[in-house]
Amino acid sequence: MSKYIAVVGKRCVACGVCMNVCPKHAIKVENGIKAVVDKSLCIGCGICVKMCPAGIIDKAERRNHE
Amino acid sequence: MNKKKPWYDYLWIYTPVYLCLGMFNILFAWLGMIEFIVPLMISIFGGGKLFCNRYCGRGQLFDLLGNKLKLSRHQAPPKFLTSLWFRYGFLTFFMTMFILMILSSVQVFSGTQNLKEVVTILWTFKVPWQFAYHGTNYSMGIAQFAFGMYSIMLTSSLLGFITMLLYKPRSWCVYCPMGTMTQTICKLKKGGTSHGDAS
Repeated sequence: MSKYIAVVGKRCVACGVCMNVCPKHAIKVENGIKAVVDKSLCIGCGICVKMCPAGIIDKAERRNHE
Repeated sequence: MNKKKPWYDYLWIYTPVYLCLGMFNILFAWLGMIEFIVPLMISIFGGGKLFCNRYCGRGQLFDLLGNKLKLSRHQAPPKFLTSLWFRYGFLTFFMTMFILMILSSVQVFSGTQNLKEVVTILWTFKVPWQFAYHGTNYSMGIAQFAFGMYSIMLTSSLLGFITMLLYKPRSWCVYCPMGTMTQTICKLKKGGTSHGDAS
């Protein structure tokens, strides 16, 4: 498991940029409302953090149970 | 091995072609309705924000300019840009101007107003555009709508270009009225908005 994980903030605009750049296909825009991270696939690379146009994705330390 | 790009990855061509066509014949501006109707239809019929996620040519163009051509500063946008009050405020303003444009076209159609052969940039600056108008077999209202539509498309492209330069490549997506509208449709279809989203 990676040390870090992507966390999507409340102001997600569901543009899908994160979904399109994720190398592990770990983010999906759910129902056109919000991007959701699949914690089992996310490797915490931070590409989505860099690319998110709204700047609402953070890279956080993965907790033990995640 | 290079993976072949899907056809929809080339939709960025649509925006420059559209803007160029409008310089030769303003009636081509009617094609802009595609970008209004298709996203709405997709979200209404259960496709969510598939248009934004996959088929938005404008988003792809800004992505290309900002990332491939490295024109973007890649800075986080100011917080107000992502706030709901700004996004819905901009949507309201945008739709008000759109309705006023339709009313103006109706007035020309009914003969109570003359055709104005101008393109209005940023809802303020009127640029003479008679060189792209060669008459129409239909009502002048058709041409007036085309001038209005082209004004909207040019203005939104310009705003998107400026925010692409200043912030991140697809910063336009954050406050794009169509994006806000389709996300709202998705939320309503899902059964109300999440209260936690209010900002």
